[in-house]
Amino acid sequence: MPQVSMTVNGKPASGDVEGRTLLVEFLRENVGLTGTHVGCDTSQCGACVVHVDGRDVKACTMFAAEAEGAEVTTIEGMGEPDGTLHPVQQAFQDHHGLQCGFCTPGMVMSAVALLEKNPKPSEAEIRDYLEGNICRCTGYHNIVKAIMAASGQDVGRIAAE
Amino acid sequence: MYAFDFTRPRTIDEAAKALGAEDAQALGGGQTLIPALKQRLAMPSTLVSLSAIPEMQGVCRADDGSVCVGGATPHAVVAAQAAGDFPALADLALNIGDPAVRNRGTIGGSLANNDPSSCYPAAVLGTGATVVTNTRKIAADEFFDGMFTTALEEGEIIVEVRFPVPRRAAYAKFEQPASRFALVGAFVAQYDDGVRVAVTGASEDGVFRWAEAEKALGAEFSADALDGMAPSAEGMIGDLHGSPEYRAHLVGVMTRRAVAAAG
Repeated sequence: MPQVSMTVNGKPASGDVEGRTLLVEFLRENVGLTGTHVGCDTSQCGACVVHVDGRDVKACTMFAAEAEGAEVTTIEGMGEPDGTLHPVQQAFQDHHGLQCGFCTPGMVMSAVALLEKNPKPSEAEIRDYLEGNICRCTGYHNIVKAIMAASGQDVGRIAAE
Repeated sequence: MYAFDFTRPRTIDEAAKALGAEDAQALGGGQTLIPALKQRLAMPSTLVSLSAIPEMQGVCRADDGSVCVGGATPHAVVAAQAAGDFPALADLALNIGDPAVRNRGTIGGSLANNDPSSCYPAAVLGTGATVVTNTRKIAADEFFDGMFTTALEEGEIIVEVRFPVPRRAAYAKFEQPASRFALVGAFVAQYDDGVRVAVTGASEDGVFRWAEAEKALGAEFSADALDGMAPSAEGMIGDLHGSPEYRAHLVGVMTRRAVAAAG
């Protein structure tokens, strides 16, 4: 089996994989980082979103071998080593941006990618950017609110829909 | 997925060589191919990834003024890098799938697959672009050969797509909200020598040029010039999302919207 090597959350990670091994399988089973979830396994739901060389991608629709040499960041790499949450994670907690929490890792990773490109997105821009992230609890309202709050914007005026 | 070998060559020559093996298949961004592999709809012996070939990446402006897009360029990169030189193409790329899909899916993969509802074929046919492969140049009018079928030979690689930049152009897509593919999409481009209109999502033969609209817009480039026009419903796709008559009607609507957007 060929070997694949990459950097995951700042640490080197390598292992023997099959050609068909998906990046999400490598992260969960070889590296032991189970924060990245597999929801639909058909690239619809976005629970598996991670960052590869700074770009948000669906780890269920990318082969591990494609990440050879890449810098990969997962939800486990978002907070500080002392357990301090990333501002987006903290905002999800503060604004109750989750119900069951299954979609949350992907939501956070997509939100962080959005804010890197667009530090002050409008509500419409947030909803548009999250079109590839599905929350089965349909808790979108507080997710959008949390992302607005994380970007330093006033969330008081977002009406419940 | 069935098991397969995986290789990630660094040059076009190495990729072509690897694709010479029996049942080898090229991998673009995998946003269509990986789901197909998961469903065991394909059984390649080897997947040849085209993602690590530097000369197939990025957007540039050629000496003749055309915009050249490397075959392995992801949609998000086209959206960013073509925005200045060819905004209609950048706008089309920016509305394919969702953000994470746009970071992986590539123009070459989309064109080689020729899904009858994908967006890029409309831009390529609507501009009369040239598909440059590792062995030849293929004109857009010769490239698309019906649903999921192209002029590409086994193992042939789309290295680059060259778009002649129109005076004005726009793409209008009526999105199927679950898949984000085009239920119907129309690309309209005006050149000094005429207007081209290419329609995706509608026909059972895949992307096609709508000759009547091209003629009408050539005489007068305005949405009004297409008033009441729609192609025949015969040969249009009918499925749970829309009947052939509905799609034919949408072709007229989306083409008018594209003309209006082109300004």
